[in-house]
Amino acid sequence: MKSVATNSPAGFQAAKPVLAIEGLTVSFDGFKAVNDLNLYVDRNEVHVVIGPNGAGKTTVLDLICGKTKSTAGSIEFEGRELTKMREYDIVRAGVGRKFQNPSIYENLTVFENLEMSYPAGRKVFGALFFKRSAQVIARVEEVAGEIFLSDFLDKQADLLSHGQKQWLEIGMLLMQDPALLMLDEPVAGMSVSERVQTAELLNRISQGRSVLVIEHDMEFVKSIAHRVTVLHQGKVLAEGSMEAVQSNPKVIEVYLGH
Amino acid sequence: MEWLSDFGAIAVMQGFNGLSVFCVLLLMALGLAIIFGQMGVINMAHGEFLTVGAYTTYVISSLTLHYVPAMQPYYFFFAIVASFFIAGALGWLVEWAMISKLYHRPLDTLLATWGLSLVMQQAFRSIFGAREVGAEMPEWIMGSWAPTAAVDIPKNGLFVMGLTFLCTATIFLMLYRSRWGLQVRATMQNRVMSRAVGINTKKVDRMTFALGCGVAGVAGAAFTTIGSTGPTAGSLYIVDTFLTVVFGGAASLVGTIASAFTIAQAQSIMEFFLSGSMAKVLTLSAVILILMLRPQGLFSIKVRK
Amino acid sequence: MKNAYESLLGGKQGAIGLLVLATLILVVFPLLLDTFRLNMVGKYLTYAFVAVGLVLCWGYGGILSLGQGIFFGVGGYCMAMFLKLEASDPESTKIQSTPGIPDFMDWNQITELPMMWQPFHSFSFALLAVIAVPTLLALIIGVAMFKRRVGDVYFSIVTQAIAAILTILIIGQQGLTGGVNGITDLKTLLGWDIRPDSSKVILYFVNAFLLLGCVLLGRFILTSKLGRLLMAMRDKEERVRFSGYDVASFKIFVFCVAAAFSAIGGAMFALQVGFMSPSFVGIVPSIEMVIFAAVGGRMSLLGAVYGTLLVSFGKTYFSESFPELWLYLMGGLFIVVVMYFPNGIAGLWETHGRKWLSRYSLGKKLFGVPEVKARVFTAKPVEKAAPRELETTP
Repeated sequence: MKSVATNSPAGFQAAKPVLAIEGLTVSFDGFKAVNDLNLYVDRNEVHVVIGPNGAGKTTVLDLICGKTKSTAGSIEFEGRELTKMREYDIVRAGVGRKFQNPSIYENLTVFENLEMSYPAGRKVFGALFFKRSAQVIARVEEVAGEIFLSDFLDKQADLLSHGQKQWLEIGMLLMQDPALLMLDEPVAGMSVSERVQTAELLNRISQGRSVLVIEHDMEFVKSIAHRVTVLHQGKVLAEGSMEAVQSNPKVIEVYLGH
Repeated sequence: MEWLSDFGAIAVMQGFNGLSVFCVLLLMALGLAIIFGQMGVINMAHGEFLTVGAYTTYVISSLTLHYVPAMQPYYFFFAIVASFFIAGALGWLVEWAMISKLYHRPLDTLLATWGLSLVMQQAFRSIFGAREVGAEMPEWIMGSWAPTAAVDIPKNGLFVMGLTFLCTATIFLMLYRSRWGLQVRATMQNRVMSRAVGINTKKVDRMTFALGCGVAGVAGAAFTTIGSTGPTAGSLYIVDTFLTVVFGGAASLVGTIASAFTIAQAQSIMEFFLSGSMAKVLTLSAVILILMLRPQGLFSIKVRK
Repeated sequence: MKNAYESLLGGKQGAIGLLVLATLILVVFPLLLDTFRLNMVGKYLTYAFVAVGLVLCWGYGGILSLGQGIFFGVGGYCMAMFLKLEASDPESTKIQSTPGIPDFMDWNQITELPMMWQPFHSFSFALLAVIAVPTLLALIIGVAMFKRRVGDVYFSIVTQAIAAILTILIIGQQGLTGGVNGITDLKTLLGWDIRPDSSKVILYFVNAFLLLGCVLLGRFILTSKLGRLLMAMRDKEERVRFSGYDVASFKIFVFCVAAAFSAIGGAMFALQVGFMSPSFVGIVPSIEMVIFAAVGGRMSLLGAVYGTLLVSFGKTYFSESFPELWLYLMGGLFIVVVMYFPNGIAGLWETHGRKWLSRYSLGKKLFGVPEVKARVFTAKPVEKAAPRELETTP
């Protein structure tokens, strides 16, 4: 397990960020969805990326986790260059990613869903001889507790509510104990009380790891963000605390001017 | 200088040979490019729709010869049109009864249409017999055109070439310049959205599939000028045709044309040096190898998902 | 598809299902059928190897190979080459212009055994080759296709094209392969005559045991975490990939296993039937093997065996009595099964058969659905994940 950081994350600037994106560009037939982007995520930081539709937010996550290959630039994660790595190696290096629509295995139970993400038996023969040990069970139960699903372990995942599915996917990422957790619109489709619970969940799990979140819900962003980056047309428009960003005239222009 | 002109003549005829193969392949592939490329439907019975066209031509030629022999020189044009509509109507029916129930299950579509192809082959055998039949060709399509003493170009090849050009141009215009084409492309890109803006996507699917089958029928009619027709004539080409469409980049019509051209020329050039079967083995292997390097096909656009 | 497998049962049902199948092919068939018919069933059971492999790679892995005939054929050829060399000793081939080489080579004016054939003098090499060559081939195809993320449909088409290529090659290289006739007149295996009835019965049992072994191995794979991963991949490939799994390697693995199974079937075919020819390699036989699995139930290892037997019986019966009808039936079967019974016999059994049998007390005891019991997770370590969604037992 990770040692819990002692500093307050908000004002803490590590000497070296966990994730350093520099000069990142991706072009789809000439259209630059992400254009010479620089973005840094510090240790133990909850970093939220906001921006209008089509700003390139999801594409940035795609680039980090290797789903999309960059045209230029570098993504350095804990000293390793991600742009050259395979998706599964990126995950194994400690990057977890939640998709925009809850992406869970609907005909497996909650337990099995979590177990699938347990970081053992990831290779062919490992999976063939994987055993459900006491250790695995304990870990699944621990994570299930964190994501409010302790009572649903035996339930088939497609019977969960939309919000619970979102949590389940977050739980699947927690199973991997990633150093960087990336969440694409984690509270989309959630009720107000679920949003509050999710904010609490994020604040809890960001202890000892960095979290990169894409979100539209400003109330929610306010409740979790240590730092906010505004993307516009594939570039950073503004960066800073939520208050600073919200009062930035350029940001207001982009959001209201459209 | 004698050898040079001989060489030239061989090159011209060989080139023409390749062009003929190209036309045959392209005519086959056009229908598939619409059905597979645009709709994403795998129709393993595509070859049988071609056979339907060929048999239609055969029947019309026999009927003409029997009842109105005077019309014999002209029946062929009528046969092409009839092949288009009969194969198209059959396609319409198939879409209604089978394909429409299997969207979202591409692999199952593949198997079901394979079953359909077996049924159709046996139906041909029951109706027309297992032996190959040939349509009686009009005089003007027979023989060859010899611009010089050494060069000898068959007229039926020229005819097929013309027909291929016509079909390709028509489909190109329909797909990229007509309102219907716009609807097809819109539906294939975003079905829900298309429905929302008032496109009857079911009808678009059905008409598109029928059109693809109709084009296969025209290809079948054209084939009768080159060879005879048997119950399994169409199925012989199905793998080549699929590879052609896939190789070109499924959704690109230009890609299909380019890939048909490449495959046909490669095959006919290799056939000059090797046996026919080895040429085919090499061509298909090369296509597969290139596909492994470039799974999205020759012509495809990089899109943001 | 899901509903039929919602109520899939665990260990006891699996064991009973396997027992029923074992009884059928090890006891019932040998007692009821004469040697000729038994040999025929043996031939069908060699196809069942392919169908069982297809359940793994198509049913669970979601990759539809339309080229399983390739592996069946290559496995069969490897075995046939060994047997042919044994049958072509200089004594029995002394009338040839070059004694000691297979007859078809002599007919093709070949005067020396080709390099490719040399190692097949050794039985252990041949046995190894039966498994290794097809598996290696599958590995190459699999790596090339899945690492490059070729889509499902493209994969099907490409495997079909490879089957076509291989057939053309085999037919074209007459001197090397026996051409369209294949390798015929196989006589002895290490001096043991494989032609008399007594040998055929023994080979039938060897074949049956191998098949049951493959079914068991298949079940082991499917009930492991790998089996669950396959299902998860079919559903949410991206999620699996971004949970740290190399999706391609799992697909390659099941594809290789399916190929190895098919190859064993092919080798047993050559032994039992006494020849191997390109007519088992190409597009048509490959896709026929898919219909075996589809009829039996693409998600059921045992179903695949029943499906193979049923369709093959049907084919033999109809093509003997009503050859006209057979293609209609076969085609119709493809259409109807795929459109209306995607789970095949196994699915029908789950929805109807089991219920029907439960009316009788013995049937209920053996096959009855236990009181609908939510699968409660018990926190016992080292418990085989109860495979509710993994295996069905017709």
